[in-house]
Amino acid sequence: MTTKSIDIGTAAMTASREKTYTAWSRLLRVLRELLANPSSGFGLVVIAILLVTALLAPWIAPYEPNLINLSQALQPPSAAHLFGTDELGRDVLSRIVHGSRISLTIITIVSVIVGPLGLLVGTTAGYFGGWYDTVMMRITDIFLSFPSLILSLAFVAALGASLENAIIAIGLTAWPPIARLARAETLTFRNADYISASRMQGASKLRIIVKSIMPMCLPSVLVRVTLSMATVILTAAGLGFLGLGAQPPLPEWGAMIATGRRYMLDNWWLVAFPGGAILVVSLAFNLLGDGLRDALDPKQGH
Amino acid sequence: METQMDNRNPLLRVEGLRVSYRNGRTYTPVVKGVSFDLGRERLGIVGESGSGKSTIGRALLKLLPTARIEAERMEFEGTDLLAATERQMLSIRGQRMSMILQDPKFSLNPVHKVGDQIAEAYRVHNKASAQAARERTLAMLEAVKIRDPERVYGLYPHEVSGGMGQRIMIAMMLIPEPQIIIADEPTSALDVTVRMQVLNILNELVTNKGIGLIMISHDLNLVRNFCDRVLVMRHGEVVEERAARDMQNCVHPYTRGLLAAQPHIGGSRRPLPVLNREPLVRTTREAQP
Amino acid sequence: MNNARFSAFGRQAGTILVTLIGLLILTFCIGRLMPVDPVRAIVGEEADRATYEMVAERIGANLPLYQQFFKYVSDLLHGDFGVSIRTGQPVINDILHVMPATIELATFAIIVGAGLGIPLGILAAVRRNKPVDHVIRFLTLIGHSMPIFWTGMIGLIVFYAALDLVGGGGRLSDYYIGLVPETTGFLLIDSLLAGDWDVFWDAVNHLLLPASILGYSSMAYITRMTRSFMLDQLNQEYVTTARVKGLSKSRTIWHHAFANIRVQLVTIVALAYGSLLEGAVLIETVFSWPGFGQYITNNMLVGDMNAVMTCVLLVGVIFIGLNLLSDALYKIFDPRTR
Repeated sequence: MTTKSIDIGTAAMTASREKTYTAWSRLLRVLRELLANPSSGFGLVVIAILLVTALLAPWIAPYEPNLINLSQALQPPSAAHLFGTDELGRDVLSRIVHGSRISLTIITIVSVIVGPLGLLVGTTAGYFGGWYDTVMMRITDIFLSFPSLILSLAFVAALGASLENAIIAIGLTAWPPIARLARAETLTFRNADYISASRMQGASKLRIIVKSIMPMCLPSVLVRVTLSMATVILTAAGLGFLGLGAQPPLPEWGAMIATGRRYMLDNWWLVAFPGGAILVVSLAFNLLGDGLRDALDPKQGH
Repeated sequence: METQMDNRNPLLRVEGLRVSYRNGRTYTPVVKGVSFDLGRERLGIVGESGSGKSTIGRALLKLLPTARIEAERMEFEGTDLLAATERQMLSIRGQRMSMILQDPKFSLNPVHKVGDQIAEAYRVHNKASAQAARERTLAMLEAVKIRDPERVYGLYPHEVSGGMGQRIMIAMMLIPEPQIIIADEPTSALDVTVRMQVLNILNELVTNKGIGLIMISHDLNLVRNFCDRVLVMRHGEVVEERAARDMQNCVHPYTRGLLAAQPHIGGSRRPLPVLNREPLVRTTREAQP
Repeated sequence: MNNARFSAFGRQAGTILVTLIGLLILTFCIGRLMPVDPVRAIVGEEADRATYEMVAERIGANLPLYQQFFKYVSDLLHGDFGVSIRTGQPVINDILHVMPATIELATFAIIVGAGLGIPLGILAAVRRNKPVDHVIRFLTLIGHSMPIFWTGMIGLIVFYAALDLVGGGGRLSDYYIGLVPETTGFLLIDSLLAGDWDVFWDAVNHLLLPASILGYSSMAYITRMTRSFMLDQLNQEYVTTARVKGLSKSRTIWHHAFANIRVQLVTIVALAYGSLLEGAVLIETVFSWPGFGQYITNNMLVGDMNAVMTCVLLVGVIFIGLNLLSDALYKIFDPRTR
C-alpha cells in the first residue's frame, strides 16, 4: 500500500514538473519566434534599448538632467542640444534619457504588484470555487467596469499626488484582467489527473496551489502582464501630465510634457520629444504583445 | 446503362488535376494528378480524411483562394475552368455547378431566414421579382419534401433540425437548376435515422433532372449503393476506379482493405480487420525528406 | 421556458445589484481615503472647536464608518449627491452643466471612430496579410500607442499655430461666447436653434481637432475588433455556401459575413463610446474643453471629495449601463437569442 501511494506521489510530482517544464520551453520557443518576426523583433529591441538606457543613463546623457542654465533657455534642437533645451535651460535629451529610469521603475514595480496579486487572486478563486470565487470575481468585475485612467485618477486623488502613489494606483487597477486569466487557467488544470494525485496523496491545498497550479499559470500570466504594459505606460504618462503622478523637477515624460505645454506653440521640441519617447515605448510593448499573442494562439494570427 | 453512353460526351472532363498549398518556399501537394470524366451520372469519390477528396470539389469551383490549382485539362461543357475569369466563375457557380456542404449547422447563414437564403440563390442567376422568387422557393421546399413550406420559409437556421437543414441546403443548391452537383459528405453530419431520407430526396431530384452528381464521402458502403461509379482516393491520388456494382472485384490492396473493414450481415463475429496504414507513413516521409 | 427566462433575468438583476453595491463601497472608500477633512472644508480654517463639532455632528463625520456608509447610500437614494466644495453648487447640477460639452465631443469622436474603423477593419480582414492589411494594422497600432494628450498638443502646434486651419482651445472663439442662449447645452444644437451660422461654424471648427484625435484612438480599437470579428466570419462555412451559390465577393462580405458581425459591432461601439470618457479626461485638459473630463481632473487636483466620489460613481454607472445595453442589443438583434 505504502509503495503504491509513493508511486502515485512521485508520478504526480514528475507529471506536474514535466508540464511546467514544457510550458517554459514553449515560452523559450516563442521568444525565438518573436525575434524572427520583424515587428515583434522591433518591440523587443526597443525594450532592450530602454533597459540599457535606464541602466546607463548617467553615462549616456550628455548633460546633468536637472542642471539649470538660464542663459541657454528654450534653445531649439542643435548640435550642442540635440533635442533642444527647456524653459530653465535644461537639456531635453538628457532629461528623456534619465526619464527612462522612471518609466522602467514604474513598469517593474507595477509588474511586481500586479503579477503576484493577480496570480494569487485568480488561482485561489479558481481552485477553491464557491462563495470565495464569486466574491473575488464580483470585485474584479467592479474594477473592470472602469476605464483604468479614471480609476487610477481617483486613487491618486485619494492617496495624494506623487510618483509612488501613481504607481500604487496603477497597480491597483491593473490586476483584475490577470486574475481573470489565472482563474480561467486554474479551472482547466484543477481536475487534471496529476493534481488529483497530489490531492489524494494528502498535499495541502496551499501546497497544490503554490507548487502545481501557479507554475502552470505563470507563462500566460507573464504574457498578459507584458500586454498590459503599454496601457501602464500611457496611464502613468497621463497621470504625470495631469500633475497627479511624478512631480517636477523629476524628468518623467508625462510631467515634462505638462511643463512644456505652456511654451509649446513656439517651442515644439519641449512637447514633441518626450511624447515621441512615450509613443515609441508603448508601441514597442504593443508590437511585442501582438507578436506574443500570435505566437501563442496561431488561430488568431494574421 | 444509359449513363455509360453519356460518358462519350461528358459534362466535365478533368485531366491531371493538381492542387498544392504554399508551405514557405515549397508547395505541398494535396491532390496529385487526378483525372476523371463526369457525365449525367452519379460518381462517388471515397477516401479517408486527408486524402484530398474534398479539395477536388472546391478546386472545380475555384474556391480555394490560397491554393495553387493546375491541370492538363479542366473543362466543363466546353468552358475551360482553369482559364475562366472570376466573372465567368460567378455565372458558373450555383447556376451550372453547385455544391452541397457537409453540415447545415455551419453552412447556413445564422442571421438570415432560410427561405431568403434559398430565394437569393435563385435571384442571383435569374431576373425575378421578390414575389416570383418566393414562389419558386416554396415550390422547391415542397420538392425536398418539406411539409409546411410557408412556415419553414420564415425560420432561422438554428430553428430547423439537421435533416431539414440539409434538405434546405439541397433546395438552395438545386433551385438555379445546375448541371452538376457536388455533394461533399452530405449526410455524415446527420442523424443515422434521417440519412437515408435525405439521400433519397437528393437521388430522386438528381435522377429526375438529369444532373451529374459527384458524391464525396468516406463511407464506401454508402457510395457503393448510391453511385454508378466509384473513385477510390488515397494521398491525393486515385488508386482505383470501378463501377459500383463491380466493387467486390477491386484489385488495389487499399480498396480491398477498405472493403474488408466493412461489417456485413452474416459475416464472422470476430473483430473487423483494421486498415494497414504502414505504407502511408513511409510515403509521407518520402514526400518530405 | 418562461420560468427559465425569468430566473435568468433574476440572476442578472442580482448581479447588477451586487456590482452597484460594490461600486458604492469603492467610491465610499475613495472618499474616506482622501486626505481632506470634510468638516474643515466646510467650516474653514479659522472656525472654533464648537462650530467644528457642530458641523461634524450634522454631516455625520463622527459616526462609525458603517453608519457613514449607510448615510452615504441613503443620501444618494434621496438624490442628494452632496455639494461641491470648490464651486459651492450641488455636484449633480455641476455635472449636468458640463455633460453636454463632453457628449458633443464624444459623439463626434465616435462618428469618426466607427465611420472609419469599421470599413478599415473589414478591408483589413478581407485583404488579410496583403500590404493594405499591414498599413491598417500599423495605423491602428499607432492609435493604440500614442499618448492622446501629446497627439492633441502636436495637433494644436501643427493645425492651429502653424497652419491656422482650426480653432484653438475651448468650445468657441472668445468673441462668440455668450452670443447664443443656452437651451440644450449642446452648442451645435443651440446655435442652430438660434439660427446663428457664424457661431455654428466656429463651434464645428473648435470641435474638429479634439474630436478627430479622440476618434482616432477609438478607431484603433474598433478597427482591430472589426478585423478580428470579420476574420472569424470569413472562415465560416456559410461564407463558402454563399460563394458556391455564385454570389460575388462583395455581396458575400456585406450581405452575409457583415450581417453576422453587426450585433458584435454595436456592442463594441457602445463600449468604445464609454471609453472615450477616459480620453476625454486628457483631451479636455489639452483643449481647455469645459466638459466632464476637465471637471473630474479639477476636482481631483483640489481634493473636492463629494465631486470626486460622484464622478467616479457616475463613470462606473455609465459603464455598467453600457454593458447592460450591449447585452440587451444582443438579445434583440441576434435571431439565435430571440
